[in-house]
Amino acid sequence: MMSYSTAPRRLLLAGALFGAFTFAAAAQQPASPPAAGATPAAAPLPPGSPLIGRPDSEAAAKLAPVAPPPIPAAPDKLPLAKLKLPPGFNLEVYAAGMANARSLAEGDKGTVFVGSRLVDKVYGIVNKDGKRSVKVIASGLYRPNGVAFKNGTLYIAELSKVSKIDKIEDNLDSPPKPTMIYDNLPKDEAHGWKFIAIGPDNKLYVPVGQPGNNVLHDDAHGQIRRMNLDGTGAEVYALGVRNSVGFDWNPENKQMYFTDNGRDWLSESVPEDELNRVTKMGEDFGAPYCWQGNIIDQELGWGKNCKDYTAPVGLMGPHTAALGMRFYTGNMFPKSYKNAIFIARHGSWNKSKKEGGDVVVVKLNKDGTVKSMEPFMTGFLEDNKYVGRPVDVMVAKDGSLLVSDDWNGAVYRITYGKPKVAAQ
Amino acid sequence: MRKIITALAFASIAFSAGAETIEERAVTCFACHGEHGQSETENTPSLGGQQAPYALIQLFMFREKLRTFEPMNETAKSFTDDDLRAFSDFIATLPKPAPPADAGDPARMARGQALAHQYLCNNCHNPDFSGKENVPRIANQREDYLAKTLAEYKDNSRHGYDGTMADVMGSVTKEQIADLAYYIARFR
Repeated sequence: MMSYSTAPRRLLLAGALFGAFTFAAAAQQPASPPAAGATPAAAPLPPGSPLIGRPDSEAAAKLAPVAPPPIPAAPDKLPLAKLKLPPGFNLEVYAAGMANARSLAEGDKGTVFVGSRLVDKVYGIVNKDGKRSVKVIASGLYRPNGVAFKNGTLYIAELSKVSKIDKIEDNLDSPPKPTMIYDNLPKDEAHGWKFIAIGPDNKLYVPVGQPGNNVLHDDAHGQIRRMNLDGTGAEVYALGVRNSVGFDWNPENKQMYFTDNGRDWLSESVPEDELNRVTKMGEDFGAPYCWQGNIIDQELGWGKNCKDYTAPVGLMGPHTAALGMRFYTGNMFPKSYKNAIFIARHGSWNKSKKEGGDVVVVKLNKDGTVKSMEPFMTGFLEDNKYVGRPVDVMVAKDGSLLVSDDWNGAVYRITYGKPKVAAQ
Repeated sequence: MRKIITALAFASIAFSAGAETIEERAVTCFACHGEHGQSETENTPSLGGQQAPYALIQLFMFREKLRTFEPMNETAKSFTDDDLRAFSDFIATLPKPAPPADAGDPARMARGQALAHQYLCNNCHNPDFSGKENVPRIANQREDYLAKTLAEYKDNSRHGYDGTMADVMGSVTKEQIADLAYYIARFR
């Protein structure tokens, strides 16, 4: 299925579970040195380089991280007509014009807060007298991807600090500046942006990603921490986490589930992104040694065994960038969706034929393992290009599902049943 | 610096006039960035042949002060979204900068070439460094600007739109930056 013309320097057959992953993943450098006669051969990449593992093939050289347009799409330019849902579901634009709209959180009074990664703003979609409007809640922030809400307070996670604004919904017209509550965080750009959420234990959960694609790191990275809502009492809750950008708690038994993005450049088909379940504090999910529960990393996994790590409960597809996820706890959708997990797959870049770019629904067995995964919202990919990219999902109080799209700077609303006037 | 101030003074005149063609408005850009896309001002990039999506991102970042350089922040302050698009599309149509007449010291060129392969610059910027989409053309960019930019990405004093270049530059040394800039500026 794959033909790579260049021979890898080292061919490491680490636990040959997958024939497909024995190719050039370990070629740390171009196998053929630069053409010019006097040119010295390229030295190996230094440890920690994000480019380690990239095979020296033409197809691989075409792949680069995808960046969204900076200017949000005008409401009439949104790809609404291209997006597909199962029969009986309806789609509308909830709000638009929010550059790089990412994580979602709903306030007690119905304000929907929206974080961003590539701009400096947190937005608020305000519902007033049946009309929705977008306000800038905070600006001048650095990669403020994460938002969470509890008891009147908005929590915001920037690249390397968490802050809060009390009584935010009473001050939407002139919100005070956020107050920092926690900044004992690394400042790495790679996987430094944060999704945050507040658990049923009333603690704030804050992930710290691996500082690169495939790297050994110190004990301040590759984990999910939790802390009190004032930023005190921080502790490591889960280990071996490469880059989680979404989590939620099973309403049945309060267990935490989180998505995690697998490494790049291993192959087109593996590793798959993970859906993980934490059954006890301190569990290790394997990164950067073991991927998707059964692939030992060919560079870093020597002397390690996948048996020593907690395997994922579900595989989310290779490079699909499974990000935001929420259990469906609303009453609007059919019964079969009760307590199912909606997961936004932002979509791949590290893959010739893009995959993901959708919202899937994962249904669980009684024991909390994955029963099925089906497409729910599709159409973000067209001719191997994105017309939009879903980032986060949120179950609104009325049972509708909101989906953010950072490509277009918009939030969509999904309802079930006969379309009614959306405004409440 | 005087050149920049002149340009700014010019800018306030040019942009208040309104109803001008993009070519007329771009005269202001040329004051610092050079006519026909090739810059002769130190530490100031050539714009010719730049990828329109990349140029749009940079102009947006200047307007939103996500990228800090006062003359450009001032210039872009009053730009509408359509202005940003018009300028970035226009920049892409300017002729790409030419390589300097001197071919460069062969030993340094070889070192630069090896480094460009080692760090896989060609992966995103293309083998001819012409860039693609949100990834900029860097071929024959000014050497001083390339060196400055790489150093700023390394210490994260220039924030990228995303963190890719900060990530890549983590392991590149200062000496290597000089050789990379030397080579890419003279690439043929």
